[in-house]
Formats: sequence, structure tokens, C-alpha cells
Amino acid sequence: MALSLRIQKSPMPGFRLGMGITLAMLSLIVILPVGALLAKGASYGLSGIWGTVNTPRVWAALYLSFRLSFFAALFNLVFGTLLAWVLARYEFPGRRLIDALVDLPFALPTAVAGIALTTLYAPNGVFGSVFKSLGIKIAYTEWGILIALIFVGLPFVTRTVQPVIDEIEREVEEASATLGAGRLYTMRRVILPALAPAALTGFALSLARAVGEYGSVIFIAGNLPLKTEIAPLLIVIKLEEFDYNGAAAIGLAMLLISFTMLLVINLIQIWSRRRIGHV
Amino acid sequence: MFDSSFQEPLLTPTEGNRHPWRPATEESPLVRRILIAVAVLGLAVLVVAPLGVVFAEALAKGAGAAIASLASPDALSAIKLTLLVAGISVPVNAVFGVAAAWTITKFDFRGKAFLITLIDLPFSISPVVAGLALVLLFGANSLIGGWLVAQGFPIIFALPGIVLASVFVTFPFVARELIPVMIEQGRTEEEAALTLGASGWRVFRTVTLPNIKWALLYGVLLCNARAMGEFGAVAVVSGKIRGQTATMPITIEMMYNEYLSVAAFTLAAVLALLGLLTLALKTLLEWRHADQLSAIRRH
Repeated sequence: MALSLRIQKSPMPGFRLGMGITLAMLSLIVILPVGALLAKGASYGLSGIWGTVNTPRVWAALYLSFRLSFFAALFNLVFGTLLAWVLARYEFPGRRLIDALVDLPFALPTAVAGIALTTLYAPNGVFGSVFKSLGIKIAYTEWGILIALIFVGLPFVTRTVQPVIDEIEREVEEASATLGAGRLYTMRRVILPALAPAALTGFALSLARAVGEYGSVIFIAGNLPLKTEIAPLLIVIKLEEFDYNGAAAIGLAMLLISFTMLLVINLIQIWSRRRIGHV
Repeated sequence: MFDSSFQEPLLTPTEGNRHPWRPATEESPLVRRILIAVAVLGLAVLVVAPLGVVFAEALAKGAGAAIASLASPDALSAIKLTLLVAGISVPVNAVFGVAAAWTITKFDFRGKAFLITLIDLPFSISPVVAGLALVLLFGANSLIGGWLVAQGFPIIFALPGIVLASVFVTFPFVARELIPVMIEQGRTEEEAALTLGASGWRVFRTVTLPNIKWALLYGVLLCNARAMGEFGAVAVVSGKIRGQTATMPITIEMMYNEYLSVAAFTLAAVLALLGLLTLALKTLLEWRHADQLSAIRRH
């Protein structure tokens, strides 16, 4: 650091090989397929895409997917932050086991989660029968989809917020307390604002994951057109009918809405970082 | 009120035993207990219960029936296919991850941020849309796909498509894990080895690799778990041909839809065990080699 020599020609070998492998793989796996999707959309034309998307069934699926994904991410924002706080700050028996279990939704394949959640929340399932006696149906309704989306996005917020809690200096909290703030006030005005950017990142990741989720949802959703049909399922249905234009149109619409949402979240994040005053 | 507090010794921080002393930077024991209870209970209901159901349903008709279901031709061919797909796509991804991390961390060039964004892109694309993109590029109706089919080398509804889809959904795992670690380690060690006359390959093998081995293993573990469990992208590109292109997750879906509950859940239990093993190894790595892994985890 102290003596950084600016070397014009890097002595490090392997740039060509490394860059070659990176660009070749990136092209084959990401750029060409995504390019093919964009090209399909371009050849289909804006009016074609609009014609496909602007039908009650597609609107219902998009609205359902994004609405439930938002609520699932919101739940994960609150519960995930609570979980991160408990794991980072409290000592209790089984803490390390619970810490490891948080990542289970990442390690459990979505199809496995899908059939397990469906069995659990079906009217004759362990949880489903309890809800049934209360007159609530979970599986094959929006509630079931919501539970599956909560499951797949659960670890994101905890894993982004936990390292930030570890880094908060106790002195800040002590200063707040010596200035007469109650614990709740310190929590609200000192700790939560510091966690906000990381929590928002986790929220965005959870949201993006939920919007695209397919495997865990299709089992529990019931998949009734206009009611419990998610947008990714509609793409699969179009593909099975060999309607490639239609599938591409819905895929592009999903990408467009997702990226717009992520952009807005990024802007909120920049704004909240600036407001709190650290980079 | 005034009298009673006046009587109290000066050093007692609060009145009586109703409010025992605690640091100002901690929540009261009651609040703490409630928060722990909510966290543990929430995790038990949301995460542990589904895991338990998998094993309970697999063993619903006894261990014998479960083991017998694994010996069915469908289950066996699914296990073989999944192992084959992971066996190809995980090493491919490991090589890519190391190459990308080496290029990004050891050299300065324009457009680096853009390159990282492109590598991260698969995380923000739905697996179903990824499968769709592959079908549009390599499907029999497409330019490239049509030509490849004519050469007798179909991609979609065949093994290459499943591998491509698996590589797509796991694309960022290894690179994402290695880049922060390699940035932290800097370039000085490699530069020292080079000035001492070591060849490039030797520098990588004897200097870089020992430094990144745990992070690499960490990335490979996560990559493998996802590759074996991928459903959405594979469902689109595989065509779900029984005995040929049906991976374990696809076969689980088929069996479940045919009401073969024990068979479906037994195969699911195998994947769940793999997931638990991945978690255990990952946790072990985090305990033993935390200093050699990147600090902030997302996946």
C-alpha cells in the first residue's frame, strides 16, 4: 500500500487465458441465451408483446406473482431482521444449530420444498387440518403460494443484516443510552437506521427470488387460471403449447418489471445511505 | 413515592427487585425471551417442519418400502442423470469461477464492474426464463439448434440442455465466493513468487490455490447443491422424458403427480439429506476457516 509502483505492463500472467475462459463462458451461458430472448421479443414487436400480455389471464398471473412476492419479501424483511438480531446478539442453547438452519431453504431443492409444504398445508396435513378447523384453506389458495414464497426467500435478509449487526459498535448504543434514550428509542433511531441499507438489499434479493420462483410454488398453488396461476407457470404453459412468441413476451414483461423494481429499491438504498450519512 | 425512594441506599440503581440492574445496551430479559421464542418458533414452523414432513412421508410405509422405491428403474436413472449433470456442471463452474476471479482481481481493466454485473445476472433471472432463453437459442426451431439437431447433436430435451441450464442457475456461485477473498489477499504474494522466477502455472498452484482452497470448496458445495436440486430451468429444457432426461427433482414431480407418495418423498429425502450434508459441511467451513471465506454471505 505504502509503496505502490504503477507498473504499466502487468507482470502477472494468465490475463488472456482467464479473460478468454470468462468471456467464452459468459457468452455461451448468459449473453447468447439472453440475447436470443431479446431478439425474439424484438422480432415479435412491441404490439405483439402487448397483445400477449394484455389479456386477463396474463395480467392476473403477473399481478399475483408480484403482489404475493412483495408481501413475502415484506414478511421476510421483518422476520429476517428479528432472526438476525437474535442470532447476533443473544446467547441461548442451540443458537449455532439455528444459525445453520437459517440457510436450509437454500440447501433444500425447490421441488422438495414444494411437495413438503403442500403435504403440510393440505386440508388433511399437519398444519392444514388445524387451519381447516378454523375454516381457513391454505394449500391451493393464495395463502399457500405466499408460504412457499416466504420459505424460498427466508435466508436473504438474515444473511445480509447479521454481519452489519456484528459490526455495530456498542459505544454508539451506550452514547445513545447516556444521552437519556430508552432502549426502544435507541433501537428505532440508532440501530434500525444502520441496518436499513442491508435489510433493503435482503428485501430486494428475497423479492427477486420470489418473483421468479417456480418449483416450490406450482405444487401448493393449485394453478387455477385467473386465481392461483403464477407468471412463471404461464411461461411453461406457453412453451408446452409451442407458443414461443407468447412465452418470450411474458418472460420479457417479467424481466422488465423485475429490473424496474430492483432499480427503485437501489435508488431507495442510495437515498437511505445518504440520509444516514455513511457510505 | 418521595419517602420510599429517599430511604433507598444510593448505590442501588433502581427501586427494589422489580427492575433488576441491566446494561443500557441490552433489552430486558422478558423482551429477549420473547424475541428468542418468536425466532425459534418461526423457524421451526417455516423451515424445520417441511424438512420433517419429507422424512416422515418417506418412511410412512416403513423403511423397507422406502428403500425398495429407490431401486425402481425411474429412480435409479434419475439418480444417475443427476449425478452426471452435477459431475459436469460443477467442475465447469469451478473452472469458470477461478478464471473469472483471477482475471477480475489480479488485473486492472476497463468495464470490470460491468463484467461482474453480467456474472451476477443469472441470480436476478427466473430459472424458468433462463430455460426459455436456452430453448429460444438452442431449440430445434432456432438457427443454431436446428443445425445442431441436423448434425445429430440435440441440445434441448437432451443432456447438454440440462447441463447448460444447471450451469446458468449456478453461474455466479464460485466466482462470487472467490472475488472478495482474492481482493482481500491482494497480489503481493503472487508478485513475489513471480520475481523469484516461478512460472505462472506454478504461482497459481503453489501460491494462489492454497490461499483460496476453502473459499473454492465453499463455492463448489453451494454450486453442487443447487445443480442437483434445480427444477424450474431443467423442467423447461429437459422435456421431462422418463428414463432419459428426468433428473431427480423432475422425477419427484412425476411421482408426486402420480400419487406415488412414498417413492416421491424417498427421492426427496435423498436430496434433503444431500442438502443437510451441504449445510453441515458449509457450517464446518464457516467455523474452522472463517478467516479464509468472504465476510458477507448471500447464498
